[in-house]
Order: sequence, then structure tokens, then C-alpha cells
Amino acid sequence: METQPILEVSDLHKHFPLARGVWGTLTRMPCRTVRAVDGVSFCVEQREILALVGESGSGKTTVGMNVLGLQQPTQGHVCFDGVDVAEWVHGRGVSVESNAQLSGVSRRRRVMILRERAQMIFQDPYESLNPRQKIFDIVAEPLEIHRLTASREEKAERVRLALETCGLAPADHFWSRFPAELSGGQRQRVAIAGALVLEPRLLVADEPVSMLDVSIRAEILNLLHTLRRERGITILYTTHDLATAGFFTDRMAVMYLGRIVELGPTAAVLSEPRHPYTRALISVIPAPNPRRRRKRQILQGEIPNAIDIPPGCRFHPRCPMAVEACRVSDPPLREVAPGHRVACHLA
Amino acid sequence: MAILDVRNLSVDYLAGECALHAVEGVSFRLEQGRSLGLVGESGCGKTTVMMALLRLLPQEGRIVDGQVVFDGRDLLQMTEAEMRRVRWCEMSMVFQGAMNALNPVRTVESQIVEVLLLHDAVDRPRAARRRAGELLEMVGIPAQRGRQYPHQYSGGMRQRAVIAMALACNPRVLIADEPTTALDVMIQAQILELLERLQAELNLSLIVVTHDLGMVAELCDDVLVMYGGMIAEYASGDELFNMPQHPYTRRLLEAFPDVEAPGSTLASIPGNPPRLDALPPGCRFEPRCDFEGRTAACGQEAPLPVEVSPGHLVACHWARRNL
Repeated sequence: METQPILEVSDLHKHFPLARGVWGTLTRMPCRTVRAVDGVSFCVEQREILALVGESGSGKTTVGMNVLGLQQPTQGHVCFDGVDVAEWVHGRGVSVESNAQLSGVSRRRRVMILRERAQMIFQDPYESLNPRQKIFDIVAEPLEIHRLTASREEKAERVRLALETCGLAPADHFWSRFPAELSGGQRQRVAIAGALVLEPRLLVADEPVSMLDVSIRAEILNLLHTLRRERGITILYTTHDLATAGFFTDRMAVMYLGRIVELGPTAAVLSEPRHPYTRALISVIPAPNPRRRRKRQILQGEIPNAIDIPPGCRFHPRCPMAVEACRVSDPPLREVAPGHRVACHLA
Repeated sequence: MAILDVRNLSVDYLAGECALHAVEGVSFRLEQGRSLGLVGESGCGKTTVMMALLRLLPQEGRIVDGQVVFDGRDLLQMTEAEMRRVRWCEMSMVFQGAMNALNPVRTVESQIVEVLLLHDAVDRPRAARRRAGELLEMVGIPAQRGRQYPHQYSGGMRQRAVIAMALACNPRVLIADEPTTALDVMIQAQILELLERLQAELNLSLIVVTHDLGMVAELCDDVLVMYGGMIAEYASGDELFNMPQHPYTRRLLEAFPDVEAPGSTLASIPGNPPRLDALPPGCRFEPRCDFEGRTAACGQEAPLPVEVSPGHLVACHWARRNL
């Protein structure tokens, strides 16, 4: 059966121009740009969990922002539910006009429809919740903005359902409290409940567990996994931690400096990594047992800035295996096994 | 002889009329050149123990019992002036989040020079600058970059600079509180390797405070697991990771994702760590414990650590009965 992917990102570029300053403007210096995302393509099927893995500066959060229409791509497209997100948010285009639910609808209303279908979970539950709002109000706010509930009883019922789905049961035990009274894990559950109350089809989870203790991480990841199983929610999970991504995602895309360098089924990427960057990332994951200490393959230095991107393969200055070809030509992402694509000359 | 011998350390925090028992009866030993990992969830008292060692507790904190014997001297009996000579020169600490606490308007070098002059490690500013350059080189930062400001450094470099600063006066014990949290995986590995190398080169005794079991498995000879302000388990790294005895340690290990066995379910520990103002009467882990060997005693009496094999201490009624 041919399934239409719920999310299709094709050749996405997001460049941020840098300010030139007075002298730069007067002398007409070339305007420099940060190429945060520089040609990223992938699809996410319905009910799939895709991990977007990379270090800070790899552009994974920028991809998430563009998926949700919070930024407009410099080039390329993000299609969600068959509609170009940039057109959805900013203007009318063919994809909006040909969609029965969106054509002839005001811009404000269109954005609200997008928000009902796609939601985001942020990294830090200590910062993302309003400290002066009660839990009930935090979770109910989206319902009020979208005027989705007719009565107070219905609203309470939906908030209860969202909180209890997220493991905060009984809900009335929690909803009159303030965020400060909850632990980190409970706060992240509240944040997820706030995203779920609109019953979205897509969740963009941006490092949802990196601020939490290891013992609590598992609970939140299991919750995301359950949401997919029971409600069929599609999840785009961005993280720098391959170990947590390995245990509950279906496919994995490894990003480096604005590009995807390896994309494939999670088990295949972890057991047979083809790109030297992926291999290095896997080798530095600490094994939870001193008997299994491995030779770590540590890359020296850090991810270069996205202004002066190296020519050729953008990973070659840090690559332990680089050959002459890597300095000259940029390797395309090509298929090495069914569904497993790698951007490396040597793979 | 152990360089650091902590015996039965207990710390209270005063909150109005009542005292909260943040740490109770924690003991451990650290030999010269060895490393100890102190593991536990947030709020289990691991940072409090380290602050108590250096006598840097906040005003509300009181050390109510115990001894901290450093190189034959009890730190808790010292005067403040004597203590100042121990801190940084003999026992030094990389604080949690210290990389974000560097002074933004002063160069990194001048901040290291300040330490050196304050603690009389060198007597001349010129010698101090030379030493600061050596320290930076030692942690892998080119000496000339010392003239830059913290905002010109990346996160990993700031963490290296803070480690260099902690080593300024050649301490024998280095305490690192969550040295890799908030850093990227590759940078975490770089810092881990740096600590490993420095420990071997300088024959440092290292204490790593963290909630990351992977880091402990990679770096530490001995591991102390804390729960609710008390010792849960204390053993060599090999024994703790391969023969964990305490139900809490087992659950903690199950909750750690293992990249070599992906797809397997990840266990979590239901419930929350105990609040200090509502500590359970018996074993502090009892409300979250689902171990089949539980008995009524678990809810009534706090278990004392027992030695189940040489050097392996477990505070659990079940372990005591099965001796």
C-alpha cells in the first residue's frame, strides 16, 4: 500500500544574513550568511518516529522551526499534510488553494489549523511553563485560544484526559498546583499535555529529555512511545543523544553542519554506521559497564561555524579517513542499502 | 593511607524551626591517584556532600556529625584560615555550571592569574601569567587564547578553562560536579578524555559527581550510589555495574539506555525521590521499591550499610538477611 508521507521536507535551506555593520555597508562588503540548514530532504510517514541527531550547530532545531512554519525557508519546501507550510502560514499558493479545508480561509484561521495539527515540546520544562499559571490553565490555554470547547465541563474533561494520558493521574490532584510544586519530569509531562490537548497529528520534540535525570528520561520517552502506539501521533525527535534516540525511534537522520550525512532505519544506523561521523558519535557513547570500555574515536575540535563551510565534504577537516576527493567534491546522499542513505565518498 | 577519609558525615539544612536531614551517615575513602564516582538523582545530596567536604555549605547548612580526614587532619576541626589553605591548593572543585560563571568582562588568563596570586602559588604577576599559559596548554587550549574573553570560547573550551583554573595550585584532590552536563556528546567525550589524562599525569585523586552512569563507568574506580541523602550502595565500578545488589542501583542501571541493545525497553523508576521534609520512616527507597524481597521491616527501619563482599557496601534489609 502506498502511503502518503505526513511530512515531506525537500531541499530545505535556511540561511541567516549577518549584519555588516556601518563600515561593511559603506564599502559594500559582501553580505555573509550563516547557512544553518543547507539542503536537507527527508520524509516522515504517518505514525513514524524520526530522530534528528546532531551536535549543537548542526541545524536540527532550525529544521524543526521550519517544519512548524515558525520560520520561512530560504529555499526548498516543507510539506505537511500535502500543503506547503510556508504558503500555509504566509500566503496563498497552489497547495493552499487546492486544499478544501484551507482555501478561502483567513490567514489567522489557517495558522490556527496548522497549530491544531502540529505542536512542539521544548527542551527545558523549567523555562517553558509560566510559573504564575496553574497547571489547569497551562493545559487549557490552547483550548481557549482555539475556542474548541463549548462548556466549562467539556474543557475540564479534555484537560483531565490530556493530563492523565501523560501520566499525571488523578488530574484534579495536579491541576490546581503551580509548576514550582512539580518535579522536572512532572513539568515535562505538563508541557506534553499542553501540546496534546489539541490532539495534534505531528509532535516536534526538541531535546525533550536532556534537562532531566536519567531515571526520569525513560518515563518521558516511554510516554512518547505510547502516544505513537495508542494515538498514532507522528513524532520528529531532535536530540544530540544517540543512545536515547536508539531505543525508541524507527528511523534516524544524523545531521552535520546543516546537512544530513546519514539516514536510515535506527537499528541499521546504529549497528552498521557507514558515515565516519556517525561512527565517531556512536563510539563515544559511554557503555554502562566498565568491562565494555571501548576505544573512543574522539573527533578533535568542534563543529565549524556555519558561515565558512569547508569546501568539498563539509566533514573532511575532522574526518579521520579523508582522502583527496573529499577536499574537492561534495558527496551526495546516496542509497547504500534499502532505505539507508549516506553522504560519503568512501561509504 | 587514604588521602581522604569521610566518616559518617551528616548535614542538616535549617528551614525555619525545623532541620532537614539532607545527608545522613555518608562514609567513603579515596586513595591517592584513584577516582570515585558519586551518583544519584537530583536532590539526593551529592552536591551537599562535596560542599560539606570543602566547608562551603550555604548559611543554612550545618555539619551535625562526622569527620572529614584529609591527609591525616580533620578538616571539620580546622580554623577558617587553615581551611583557606586547603581549598584550591590541596583540594579543589569544578563547580556545577562553573563554565557559565566565568567573569565576562575579564580575560580568561587574568582570572587564572587572580587565583594563583590569591593563593600564593606564585609571587610575581609575570610568573603567574606564564603559569596560566602552561595550565591552558595542559587542558588543550593554546596559551595565547588566554587573552581572549569567555564569550569568545565555545562551551567545551570554557569547561576546559574552568578545569585548568581548578588545577592552578596543584591540588591533590579534584572534585568535578557534573562536569559534562549541558555539553554535546563529542565535547563530553573530549572532557572525559581530558580528565582521564590529567588524573594519570598528575596522579590526581578525582571525585566525579554526576547522574550519568556512563561517565562513571568510563572514568571511575569506585562508585558510591546515594539515595535520599544516604548511601545506597558503595562498591568498585566493576562490581557495581556487574553485580548490583541494591534494588535502586538495579533500577538505575536498567533505566540507562544501552546503544548496543537498541529496541529493548527502557525501564523507568516510578515515583519521585523523597522530599526532605517528608522522609519515609524506614528505608528511603521503600515507597518506590518493587523488589520481591521486600518485608515489613523496610517500611519501619532504615537499613544500615552492610558489607556483602570485601569493599562492597549495601544499605538494604534484603542484602543484610542474605549475608
